[in-house]
Amino acid sequence: MSTTVTNGAAAGYRPTATLTFASEFMRQWRRRRTQWALGFMVLLPVIILIAFEIGGEGDDDNGRGTFASIIDVALAGGLNFALFCLFVSSSFLLVVVFALFHGDTVASEASWGSLRYLLAVPVPRGRLLGIKLAVALTYSLMAVAVLVATGLLLGTLRYGWHPLASGISADVPPGEGLLRLLGIAGYFCISLLVVAGIAFLLSVLTDAPLGAVGGAVLLFIVSSILDQITALGEIRNFLPTHFARSYLGLLTSPVQFDGMVKGTISALCYAALFWGLAFWRFTRKDVTS
Amino acid sequence: MRKRWVSIGVAAAVLIGLVTWAILPAPVTYDEIDERITAGDVTLDARLYRPKDGDKVPAILLAHGFGGTKLSVAEDAKELAAQGYAVLTWTARGFGQSTGQIHLNSRDHEVKDAQALLDWLAARDDIELDAAGDPRAGVVGGSYGGALALMLAGQDTRVDAIVPMITWNDLNESLFPGGVFKQSWAGLFFTAGMSRNPLAGGSPQCGRWADDVCQTYLRIAETGVLDADAKALNLTRSPSTTLNQIKAPTLLIQGEADSLFPLSEADANARGITNAKVRLAWYTGGHDGGSGPQSDQNRVKFLTLQWLDHYVKKTGAEPSGTFTYSRIAGLDPVEQGRLATGFQLGTYPGLAGTEAVTIPVNGSSQQIANPPNGNPAAITALPQAGALSSLAGLAGGAGFAADLPGQHGNWLSEPLTESLNVVGSPTVSIKAASQTGEAVLFVKLYDVDQNGQSSLSNGLIAPIRLTGLPASLDQAQPIKVTLPAIVRNFEDGHRIRITIATADQAYLGPVAPMLYSVDVASAVAIPVVPATAIATADTLWIYVLGGLVALLVIGLVVGIILARRRHSRRDKTIIDGYADVPLHVRGLRKTYGDFVAVESIDFTVKRGQVVGLLGPNGAGKTTSLRVLMGLTQATEGEVLIFGHPLAPGTPVLSRIGALVEGPGFQPHLTGRQNLHSYWKATGRPTEDAKFPEALEIAGLGDAIDRRVKDYSHGMKQRLAVAQAMLGLPELLVLDEPTDGLDPPQIAEMRRVLQRYATDGRAVLVSSHLLAEVEQTCTHVVVMHKGVVVASGKVDEIVGDSPTTVFDVSDVDLAQKTLDKLSVTYALDGNGSLVVDLGEHTRAETVAALVAAGVGVDRVTPRRRLEDAFLALVGTSTAGSGDR
Repeated sequence: MSTTVTNGAAAGYRPTATLTFASEFMRQWRRRRTQWALGFMVLLPVIILIAFEIGGEGDDDNGRGTFASIIDVALAGGLNFALFCLFVSSSFLLVVVFALFHGDTVASEASWGSLRYLLAVPVPRGRLLGIKLAVALTYSLMAVAVLVATGLLLGTLRYGWHPLASGISADVPPGEGLLRLLGIAGYFCISLLVVAGIAFLLSVLTDAPLGAVGGAVLLFIVSSILDQITALGEIRNFLPTHFARSYLGLLTSPVQFDGMVKGTISALCYAALFWGLAFWRFTRKDVTS
Repeated sequence: MRKRWVSIGVAAAVLIGLVTWAILPAPVTYDEIDERITAGDVTLDARLYRPKDGDKVPAILLAHGFGGTKLSVAEDAKELAAQGYAVLTWTARGFGQSTGQIHLNSRDHEVKDAQALLDWLAARDDIELDAAGDPRAGVVGGSYGGALALMLAGQDTRVDAIVPMITWNDLNESLFPGGVFKQSWAGLFFTAGMSRNPLAGGSPQCGRWADDVCQTYLRIAETGVLDADAKALNLTRSPSTTLNQIKAPTLLIQGEADSLFPLSEADANARGITNAKVRLAWYTGGHDGGSGPQSDQNRVKFLTLQWLDHYVKKTGAEPSGTFTYSRIAGLDPVEQGRLATGFQLGTYPGLAGTEAVTIPVNGSSQQIANPPNGNPAAITALPQAGALSSLAGLAGGAGFAADLPGQHGNWLSEPLTESLNVVGSPTVSIKAASQTGEAVLFVKLYDVDQNGQSSLSNGLIAPIRLTGLPASLDQAQPIKVTLPAIVRNFEDGHRIRITIATADQAYLGPVAPMLYSVDVASAVAIPVVPATAIATADTLWIYVLGGLVALLVIGLVVGIILARRRHSRRDKTIIDGYADVPLHVRGLRKTYGDFVAVESIDFTVKRGQVVGLLGPNGAGKTTSLRVLMGLTQATEGEVLIFGHPLAPGTPVLSRIGALVEGPGFQPHLTGRQNLHSYWKATGRPTEDAKFPEALEIAGLGDAIDRRVKDYSHGMKQRLAVAQAMLGLPELLVLDEPTDGLDPPQIAEMRRVLQRYATDGRAVLVSSHLLAEVEQTCTHVVVMHKGVVVASGKVDEIVGDSPTTVFDVSDVDLAQKTLDKLSVTYALDGNGSLVVDLGEHTRAETVAALVAAGVGVDRVTPRRRLEDAFLALVGTSTAGSGDR
């Protein structure tokens, strides 16, 4: 028979030892969707590289948009190739990946019914959510890191180690270029915290993992569309996606931080709001699934 | 639900409120009064923006640029009017609805008109006066209007302050820089006066231009030569001669992207105004660059208002320092525009900077050719191309500044070892030789980056007309060339290039093809200034970000500490007398909105007991168990687990093993992996889990290593029971454990549970199956419609109610007969009726049935829980709903 301590817990039970980061990390690691998502981050640069190899030099000027200059210099070197991979993923793929890792984490446990057994362990609710959030963030960051690393490796092997050509400003030497590339990747992660926030909140509110992931992506798209409507004026500053392109400031010389600072503030506010709501809701809700 | 709608409503109202606040236009605080004002021989089309508040207000004369009307400055007028100024705008003579001809800011015409406007203002009773006939007034204007402001202030001391923007000092210098005719700008200027609908019957050649000005233009534009008459006429149209008579404090605002009136014009004005306070502000726009980035527009507006407020309205502090400037700092990725950073300097250093850095440039003498008729020619700046030209300069690309082969020579410096903050006019000496003794050259200073891409700041170049040159370079004397004033940061590693070229699209050069020899004769002297960046709202955001991060971190830490402290106090509470009771439930009530799932239940599970929680579907069993596991919170009542009050996540729950509402596993893992994954989540030592025992209970054999998604319901159920028993918890709570099991497994499960409750452990089993509870449990709690209808030992409950089973031939008829006898009964399989006889004897009942024509096959007395159950809850379970 177990002996009890003052809080009446079973022998060996400590609230802070339940569902450790490592065990949650393994829980998620074993899932196919985690492996697929990370695997695709490796695959994408390969696909892009093959596409460039097959396609050759195109001189089609149609459809030149905001990123035209980045596309133009995509083959300038490993840094530029990695940057290209990053930016083609930023508007949708990475959004889905962030939404997937954050939206699926609690909702899938709820849909399997394993959530109630974790709570009955008992894993304290705040801890459960905190660990899940930390692991989801870790996987999201890993996805970006894997994408950048693969792009950098492939691009450097194929196109060489050259200065970062920005297309809108002077070239940046490789060493500093690498820092800027990492800075851009970092800013992407920060701006995607909004998606992480929405997805995580939805994950807590619903039992349907797809609903949480899809809902977050949908809201992100709606916000992006609204941001295109310049008639909204000042209101656009409050849209969570308004500062998404501020990373371009890292491609100019000298570096422009203003947009990224505002974008970071916006993203942190939204993420904190959504995560706060998620914790507030989850620590109070009746878990009936 | 109602609560949710309320919160959605509140959120929507807040959102709508914010949006409305953001888009609602500010109320208009001024009246617009249109007037025709007679000034000498012309009638001016004017509009006064008169603030509604204030008895007597100071006035601003707001003059428009060349080719505009009073409407061109409406937006600026409204902004100033909103600040409490009466703003008078008018269309200058020769434009729009005003009559007269264009005299190009002649002292006797346009300037006199403006004096008449001052008279008109002074005559109004709502304008503040300094003296009779002297209105309190400032003059603001850009370009054409800027020169008017300077000339009016030089001619009329009633003016209290002026803000001339992007304007000229001496037209001779602006139109003939270095003696070379600036043909493209002059042509644009002239065309703007060729109104499409000449009012005063102007000629097709001169439009609304006054004849003397028109004829002068036609003459100089043809020859490219500035004769003495033209020079004299231009001088009367320039502020330069009356600058020293200006008494009004002057804020000179000049554009850096301005190939028409470059910074040197403002510099000349600043030097000329010797009897009044002068402040200079350079911004990144101009005649080429437009109004510049938003941050620059804001800065210019701020400086203007600050100046007017202090010197006209006499409020606000005196503006400090005499010089501010701004520099394009990069692209604004969000708004797709450019970004400018403002800098300030205590004293205006002039165009030579506070110090000069000399940078040698390397190259040898070269021969360059002037193309016949100046065509083709390099294109450096496109007049009025707006931000396009300066953007090209910023982008580091060659932009338009393409020098043509054979027409230019280059002299390049070594890479800079440190970045240079250039503010002012660089200078360089050159040597030139020409067979004719004459030459027109264009000297340019490029910023060349590491990749060899060069950019010319704002497309500005220095034209120079040379005469008396020797035929050979050996005899040539160095000629000092002052390059256009620029604001630029030359980054380290970049090079500086001097280019000397022969032809430029914007200027009228010699017609004949010619060959020159040129060389650079000295190092380039670069003016630099030590300036401090002006803090803007953007800088503040960094502090906001820092504050936000700090706030979030502090909030997080405090939140965690508070939550832990609160939990730990709660978790350590023990209610006396129950420390050894696995489960005690008192007055438990759970409602969902208006729906009462559990009315009120009380029961106790003691050590060694196997307690059955019995009730029909929807009696509230599962709801109660959810509360016991801390999954849902009780509306009312108290649950004690080993004396600890229950709360979600309270540590004492670790002594309970549970199966609630069916199994819940990660489908992609095997049964074994699931058990291990679950135990890992408890954080307890692996050896405490007793995996062998649990696996034996699960009895899945080899299937334990198959994925759970391939399991049948029964297999999952057994795995779930095994999971609940991991670590052999002191209280086992099982919700319908035999669901999906086959009879042998049910029998096995029964034995397992009975065995489990030995050595001081307890089991709580919920079931809707009577037989199961009767055969498994020592105690039973019967629930119905959310209340406990009976509880106690199974034997005691069973003993309460003797019933009889009748196997009959005709069930329907039998039921009718029993109904007549008013006895309670229940259907039990084919042809069987379980009957609670109550006061009737069995013999009576059989007789009644037989009499009614029902064949009675068998009559068996029963003393089972099922009967008790029926007795307690009645035959009907309808209305208890899904609980």
